[in-house]
Amino acid sequence: MIAVAADAGLQPVWQHTGPHWTLTLPAAGPGQRGEPTPLPRDLAAGARVVVDGAPLQAWDAALAAWLFELAEALRQRGAALQTETLPAGLQAVLALAQPTALADNPAPDALRAAALPALPRGRAPSQAAITVAFFGEVLLALGRWLRGRSAMRGADVLQQLDLTGPRSLPIVLLSCALIGLMLAYMGGAQLGRIGAQNFLADVVTVGMVRELAGMMTGIILAGRVGSAFAAQLATMKAGEEIDALRVLGVDPISHLVLPRLLALMGVAPVLITFGAVAGVLAGWPAAVGAYGVTTAEYFNQCLRALSFTHLWIGLFKGMLYVALVALAGCREGLQAGRSAQAVGAATTAAVVKGLLWIVAAACGTTVIFTSLGY
Amino acid sequence: MATTALLQVQGLAVQAGGVRVQQGLDFEVQRGEVLVVVGPSGCGKSTLLRHLVGLERPAAGRVLLDGHDLHHGDEAALAALRRRFGVMFQAGALWSSMTLGQNLMLPMRLFTALPAAECARRARFKLALVGLQGGFELMPAQLSGGMRKRAALARALALDPELLFLDEPGSGLDPPNAARLDELVLHLRHYLGTTVVMVTHEITSVFAVADRALYLDEHAKTMTALGTPDELLRHGPLAVRQFLQRGAAPAPAGPDRHPRGSA
Repeated sequence: MIAVAADAGLQPVWQHTGPHWTLTLPAAGPGQRGEPTPLPRDLAAGARVVVDGAPLQAWDAALAAWLFELAEALRQRGAALQTETLPAGLQAVLALAQPTALADNPAPDALRAAALPALPRGRAPSQAAITVAFFGEVLLALGRWLRGRSAMRGADVLQQLDLTGPRSLPIVLLSCALIGLMLAYMGGAQLGRIGAQNFLADVVTVGMVRELAGMMTGIILAGRVGSAFAAQLATMKAGEEIDALRVLGVDPISHLVLPRLLALMGVAPVLITFGAVAGVLAGWPAAVGAYGVTTAEYFNQCLRALSFTHLWIGLFKGMLYVALVALAGCREGLQAGRSAQAVGAATTAAVVKGLLWIVAAACGTTVIFTSLGY
Repeated sequence: MATTALLQVQGLAVQAGGVRVQQGLDFEVQRGEVLVVVGPSGCGKSTLLRHLVGLERPAAGRVLLDGHDLHHGDEAALAALRRRFGVMFQAGALWSSMTLGQNLMLPMRLFTALPAAECARRARFKLALVGLQGGFELMPAQLSGGMRKRAALARALALDPELLFLDEPGSGLDPPNAARLDELVLHLRHYLGTTVVMVTHEITSVFAVADRALYLDEHAKTMTALGTPDELLRHGPLAVRQFLQRGAAPAPAGPDRHPRGSA
């Protein structure tokens, strides 16, 4: 017998008799090591390695894992690990970790290869294609609704109106008022340098009515309602509720998306109008207090600045943003996976997409309306 | 006999997420029969069910309901076919924003011209059939797991279907509740003549309700046995026998030991 590694008591000891080896484990086990056990260099394929567990005082899962790794390394070398002298419990645990096949079942891999023809793999549709398809389906559903052939329930629209509208109003009012105040200060500071404080009201009115009331409403609804739409629909999808509709032949777009979209389009003009008024009113104390504009001048200038063009452009843009928010929320919800994690991901994606779409639409519409001369 | 089979599955291959999970499925379900689809978790039972109810397009083969292809045909024909079966999903899939009553009435209002009062009356009756008297105004979130499953069964029955698809009705329930649900399925078959296709991995359910059992093998990726549970237990392939023995060994777990108060 030739000892390869000494240091008995701490290290496992490899010894060989002819081609076969004995591995003596130290009393405290091999301990926990990051490194895999080095195999003796002259261990040949076909060798048997007997583990001598006699000195072992105790064993734990770490030893089992160590032996499992050793057995794998030996198997790759073409050698085999024999564990007969190990404690019975340890042997049983190691046996459990061995891959086994049911005696009666043919090797699964062979069967799989024989029985399954390769499935032609189509390319998964891109996110953009999914979005376009979704918009198309919504348009078709809208068409069916306009022709009075939709499965949409009016009660659902009313319920969504209730959920989205009144409860969004306070926060829309607050955020629009703060924006109006900010506009007044910013406008006042700049206009004051050329002595044109009187036009402060123009900045606030046009800014709020034409651009910012709609945008703030869109942003608030993206966070408050778009995310909720995504979470509702994604949860319904995870709970197979959408499948339960489809099995009945009910189009989820008509039944779930349309009421949400229409409800949000219904509340949008109201919210935008209230938001614009709140912004203009909030600019008033700033104009009077900080820039010496009189109350009469402020409101007079407001009314003069407020043209029908600004009004309809502001409402149009705001409605567009809100529609995009509703669509982003519903799209993400319906496209979600079937897990709790997917619900969270859909909610986040709905808000991010909603905001991104709002900004893109704001930019696009501003360029278009400005170049058209409105 | 072929002409009288209510559901015919011919050379069906099913896929989930682009992966083919089962293929070469050929079987028929006779009227009034309870066919149980069994197999280990992940063998494709629920995927097969999703194909049988028309939620997924098969990779190959056909599903015929009373001789009509479930995946081909115009929307009106498909709608007429869909009316003839009810589906109970694994997690119940009750529409969470509606009361139980509304859950049951939605299919009726979509597919029948019944007046609202009649829909409500039928919904209350169906709820009573599954032991949920007085549950009409409850929201799904207010129900226990067992009640939710029974409510889902009631909704599947809303349109008096000829054929009932049940996806793991007993999963997630304690044994008495699961047995009660099995018993309920047998009652419905007996009193309403409903044909049942049920997916399960609860072996006690197989022996309790199945006229015939279809075994899907996860390795062979096809059906490896079809017959009465006793036949399969005695003469089936080894994998099937092993699977069934796990449930048959502690034998006396029949539903009769849990008598229902109302029927």
